[in-house]
Amino acid sequence: MSNNLVEFNNISKFFGSVIALKDVTMHIKKGQIMCLLGDNGAGKSTLIKTLSGVHKPDEGEIIVDGKQTVFDSPRDALDLGIATVYQDLALVSLMSVTRNFFMGREPMKGFGPFKTFDVNKANSIASERMGQIGIDVRDPSQAVGTMSGGERQCLAISRAIYFGAKVLILDEPTSALGVHQASVVLKYIVKAAASGLGVILITHNVHHAYPVGNSFTILNRGKSMGTFDKKDLSREKLLGMMAGGEELDKLEVELKEIDRTNKN
Amino acid sequence: MSVKSKSIQKKSKDERLRKVSNLKVLLNRPELGALGGSVLVFIFFGIVAGDTGMFSAYGTINFLEVSANLGIIAIAAALLMIGGEFDLSVGSMIGFAGICIAIPAIYWGWPLWSSILFAFSMAVLVGYANGILVVRTGLPSFIVTLAMLFILRGATLALTRLITGRTQVPGLRVLIENDPIAWIFSADAFKGVFTWLGSLGLIALRQDGTPLATGIPASVLWWVGMTIFATWLLMKTRYGNWIFASGGDKLGARNVGVPVGRVKISLFIGTAVAATIYACVQVLDAGSADTMRGFLKELEAIVAAVVGGCLLTGGYGSAIGAAFGALIFGTVSMGIYYTDVDTDWFKVFLGAMMLIAVIFNNFIRRRVTENK
Repeated sequence: MSNNLVEFNNISKFFGSVIALKDVTMHIKKGQIMCLLGDNGAGKSTLIKTLSGVHKPDEGEIIVDGKQTVFDSPRDALDLGIATVYQDLALVSLMSVTRNFFMGREPMKGFGPFKTFDVNKANSIASERMGQIGIDVRDPSQAVGTMSGGERQCLAISRAIYFGAKVLILDEPTSALGVHQASVVLKYIVKAAASGLGVILITHNVHHAYPVGNSFTILNRGKSMGTFDKKDLSREKLLGMMAGGEELDKLEVELKEIDRTNKN
Repeated sequence: MSVKSKSIQKKSKDERLRKVSNLKVLLNRPELGALGGSVLVFIFFGIVAGDTGMFSAYGTINFLEVSANLGIIAIAAALLMIGGEFDLSVGSMIGFAGICIAIPAIYWGWPLWSSILFAFSMAVLVGYANGILVVRTGLPSFIVTLAMLFILRGATLALTRLITGRTQVPGLRVLIENDPIAWIFSADAFKGVFTWLGSLGLIALRQDGTPLATGIPASVLWWVGMTIFATWLLMKTRYGNWIFASGGDKLGARNVGVPVGRVKISLFIGTAVAATIYACVQVLDAGSADTMRGFLKELEAIVAAVVGGCLLTGGYGSAIGAAFGALIFGTVSMGIYYTDVDTDWFKVFLGAMMLIAVIFNNFIRRRVTENK
């Protein structure tokens, strides 16, 4: 038996005649950050949705903790500890930090019909959790809309961890962020992995993926181009594979051509 | 560029130092506008009509009753609006519920209490139909409930005419007397207190020595009770958090496990039930049902909710605000009779107030969400 938290074996997904994914295999261990890289249209979104239970794979198997499973809904995946943080983060900007943190899973107090939302407990947990990441929420009743993009990302990740995620799927967590904010988020992701979570980090930014990732899976036109350990892969090689090295080479040749004709 | 060298923690502390002013916290509350508006309205009428009897016991009860009637439906409309939907069929539901009470009671010989229960069960059905249509089809609730507005009003008229041959059903008053539940909607509370105040000469009396204002109408108690209940629901329960979440970001809420569909359907049932409470109060007070009852009330409810700080886009608002929105509405609509102003101007005021409220709300939302 392997010590993989989750295995996705030979996953394929078809939409009518379109092959969105073909034979994609990924294994995630405890403490591992697996970066999923690919250009636009490579099938990253379809893969995430399949991993998180939104789509059912047409072929292949999903193995969680050594047991083969079928996700009928995102809820099923969540119940097995596979939490996905989408790009929209599932945060409501008009609602407070606390209310967002516990959205859908509010702590309760009291009995029977008089059960109420335990606001004080929720507030203290939310500010404690945010404090652990270095975001000092002095007033947890402030609206999420007042937070920066990086803080929101951290809030969404921290929420997923608090509610028992074992495997975190992060969809482009740094794409909309500046350099400083992105580094805050990446640091937090590394910390989360160090505490024993498995992380699947989806991105098209090699400069964000390379420093934090342990292994890299590259998607191209719905197919996996393989999974590589960090030691077997240089940044340049990764960059070349991801963007489709040939295409960049071709582009370079074409640019030179344009340059030459301009000079003449 | 020394900012860059500061640690993150320091930076976020700096950011927050700007946000602690109490004034700003108050400014971010949704009901602030309606509270301020109410104060202004009372100051205005205090000056213009202070000595006309508007604020006597009788006058106060009068404008409170108008406010309360609207408040009952405005609070439910506000909850639905926070949940991200509209219900334009509220007004028609009032008319429909009215004849659901009157026709069985008068033409079919049902006891009054059973026809009241019948009206409430019809309300649950209509609300459920509205909700399930909106949730299942994904169509804007504006369109779905607009259709329901016509269907209900038309059915009310057609059925009433078919069964009774007319558009009004009078004769309920005699049935109220011994009914076990009608008093919930029609009785005056604290009669003793009012009689006592009358005997002390503190409030005006009729010729026969009974006070002019006989007590606090049931509708006012419903209004206050519903405000407290809805506020408790919003602020203190899990369901309240789900209402905010469903209206704020439907997809996000669903992704974290909020049963958005169920929340919305229950809110639609809420507005239809509130319309039926309104109908009970009106029908039992007037002793008759009329197919045109509740005409345009859905829009007045939306005005009250918006003046009370609800955003048209959902996810933000308060029940207290809606209750005060209704108070402004009721006070002005009655108060205008005590002034020299031609009552024809009332609707102009209403429109202007709504416009100001929307602009103000928009400003508030920008404060709340874009505090960069």
